[in-house]
Amino acid sequence: MFSGFMMNAWTTATIVAVVAGAVGYFVVLRGSAFPAHAIPKGAFAGAAGASLLGISTLLGLAVFAVLGALGIGALGRRSRQDVATALALVMMLALGAAFLSRTTEYEPEIYSLLFGEILGVSTSEILPTAGLGIACIAAVAAIYRPLLLSSIAPEIAEAKGIRTHRIGMYFLLVVALATAMTVPVVGALLIFSLMIGPPAAARSLTSRPLLAMILSVLIALATVWAAIALSYQYNWPVGFFVGALSAVSYGIGRGWAAWRRNRTVAGPEVTTALDGA
Amino acid sequence: MHQLYTAVFEPGFFGSAQVRTAATIGGIVAIVSAITGVFTVIRGQSFAGHALGDVSAAGGSGALLIGLSPVAGFVGLGIIGAGVMDLIGVRRLRGRDLATGVVLGAAIGLSALFLYLTSTTGATTGATQQVLFGSIFTTTSGTIPAVTILGAIALAALAVLGRPLLLATVNPDIAAARGVRVRLVAAGYMVALAVSVGLSSLAIGAILSTALLIGPAATALRLTKSVARALGLACVLGVLATWLGVLLAYDSYYWGSSHLGLPVSFFIVAVIFAAYLVSGLAVSRRAGIRAEPVPAVPAAGQDNVAA
Amino acid sequence: MTEQARDGGMPTAEILRVDGVSMSLSGRQILDEVSFAIRAGEFTGLIGPNGAGKTTLLRVILGLQRPSRGQVTVLGQPRSPRRQPVGYVPQKVLLDPDMPMRARDLVALGIDGSRYGLRLPSRQRDQAVREMLHAVDAERFAGARVGNLSGGEQQRVLIAQALISRPRLLLLDEPLANLDLRSGQEIISLLARIAREQQIAVLLSAHEMNPLLPVMDRVVYLAGGRAASGPAGEVVTTEVLSQLYGHHVEVLHVHGRVLVVAGPGGADDTALPATDALRAR
Repeated sequence: MFSGFMMNAWTTATIVAVVAGAVGYFVVLRGSAFPAHAIPKGAFAGAAGASLLGISTLLGLAVFAVLGALGIGALGRRSRQDVATALALVMMLALGAAFLSRTTEYEPEIYSLLFGEILGVSTSEILPTAGLGIACIAAVAAIYRPLLLSSIAPEIAEAKGIRTHRIGMYFLLVVALATAMTVPVVGALLIFSLMIGPPAAARSLTSRPLLAMILSVLIALATVWAAIALSYQYNWPVGFFVGALSAVSYGIGRGWAAWRRNRTVAGPEVTTALDGA
Repeated sequence: MHQLYTAVFEPGFFGSAQVRTAATIGGIVAIVSAITGVFTVIRGQSFAGHALGDVSAAGGSGALLIGLSPVAGFVGLGIIGAGVMDLIGVRRLRGRDLATGVVLGAAIGLSALFLYLTSTTGATTGATQQVLFGSIFTTTSGTIPAVTILGAIALAALAVLGRPLLLATVNPDIAAARGVRVRLVAAGYMVALAVSVGLSSLAIGAILSTALLIGPAATALRLTKSVARALGLACVLGVLATWLGVLLAYDSYYWGSSHLGLPVSFFIVAVIFAAYLVSGLAVSRRAGIRAEPVPAVPAAGQDNVAA
Repeated sequence: MTEQARDGGMPTAEILRVDGVSMSLSGRQILDEVSFAIRAGEFTGLIGPNGAGKTTLLRVILGLQRPSRGQVTVLGQPRSPRRQPVGYVPQKVLLDPDMPMRARDLVALGIDGSRYGLRLPSRQRDQAVREMLHAVDAERFAGARVGNLSGGEQQRVLIAQALISRPRLLLLDEPLANLDLRSGQEIISLLARIAREQQIAVLLSAHEMNPLLPVMDRVVYLAGGRAASGPAGEVVTTEVLSQLYGHHVEVLHVHGRVLVVAGPGGADDTALPATDALRAR
């Protein structure tokens, strides 16, 4: 399991998990689950277009990821974020469908772009991926404090002169960057699982930002490593295990938080309107 | 005059059985999606509406694998997914989107598994493409009954739940104080959403499913202040966009010398997208540009509490 | 079992009875054996400092939360939302500016928002909505989106939707919090008049008592989780409040207003309710 080409997989997976855990912390904090799903998915359409034009798939991926981020940000200025995200996404996917209709031999590449081909990563790809990963982390570190404040208390941030909309847009672009570097590895559809499950679990365990971010990375690492090991063992796609394990980590986080809440309540559990009373 | 007519309606358009089927199915789905979509946009659950499309697709792949009817797979897993989302979702909008995301991630993982197993056991090529994109032109008239029945079910559920759902969306506490079973109504809506998205994903593909769910509804809600009028307007917009898209797709085969021929989904989405943008212009011209943009992230302390 | 009380010769039914309600959350005792009763047509103020548990108590009365101990009885029956719908105006209703609901639509939902099925056109209902909008002086913005209304305007619409269902009991959570003095006074006199005319029991929570003094029939003062109820003159006294707070407080009457200040040796110097511009420091 740890020989030759598998080492590439482990290495790349580690890089991906670190980026997903760090960026994912803010995705969860800002409630940007939908954009985190939409940007990679729309980027996939760009990869299809690039393949049609004979350009590097990665370039098409990156361009459409950025277009998606910009589109969501622009539309989101005058509409609710979820509507903006949905419309930007379908527009990109429609373009992708248009591109796809022009070519006929594409099937195997679609699957790997959508679900990842981590076991097929070549050594030459590791360095660029690592480089992009460092760029992502650096980008988050650069705006860490304003991003944190505008995510938790936008009005206070505005009062301090922080342009929350700019920061938001900037963050979407970071997600786009993270997408471009991780999609070839984990696939367009599953990178977002890593950006949601582990960070959500981390936030259930602690509310201290830095600690939560570190935990988020650790849980993401555990998820990806376990997924690779299981995939190697049972020959089922890595993507399946990533999705399943992310859900499990989310569940554990929720369970832990509920257990801790129950322990400190002196009386019977509080019920609300939503409990069907 | 005749030249204009043939320029717009390329020869054979009205005679083509494919076109008629597409227009019929597309029209029905557009109406169901528009009405479901109005409630979806009002409740801020566009993500769930989109996610259920992918969840349904996973059901479709699974059905392919074990030889079940795709309808059962799409709608079945869709309802299960919606149920789980509702069960684990928390009251606050952000928590709800997280729950949606987690279920979606798990469902996509399942999709990966099913498609992998299908490709190794069966000889179905292009399964991925088929399940994910679908095409309105490839659906047969045989699916019209199923689409109609499922659509009717979804609409009936929304008709019954409409008023309590709206009240609960405005403020769940007020609704609960009035005796509305908020939890039940919310769950009922999710099931209706699952059925609507399941049938639209199956019939016209995942892309169009989301587009017809959100686009016309969002456009209509921008243009009118009354929910009743928004419902009607969304239906009209959805059906028009679908038919216009079908027309353009058909015509596109005759454009230029190289037989362009772009897919229907592209045209329908483009029309919907354009309509939305235009409605934005109309709104801002009427009211003057809003002083501040819509907040990108609701303040943590005052999350839109939604049932 | 409804208790009858003589009031100028006319019996008034007991609408709400809170009996020994206690509530703990996360180890903190929020409510401690709170008991009181409200009769039809009575305007009752639920007064207490911020964080005293007023919202929690209201939610327990509404049936949105179950108390650790104790019972709530409405119209002689244990509290259940489906049995006796209650009019409720919550505290923070941040209505989404994009929500496509006009003021008149929200008020209409006050009539039939809990009924399943399609809504049929009804002249009676439209008439009732118009009258209610007129009663709360909300006609001029009846067609506007609720999300675009000011705090005071939203408040009127919410009161209208609560009243239109003809409840016997009306609960309002800090309705005056975000209103200017004049709007607040208008709302109070409106509520008092409606309470009297329609014999509705009104329970309104606030942290400032003075605007309510002219119209309140009784006070339920909540502090330290404990409550004392009765006419304002009997409850808002140095002895009673000191007992509630658990430390010495002084009740002063200044220029016709009531001031509650922490006495010497008080645990904290924070402003206590029923203070106006003058704050005890």
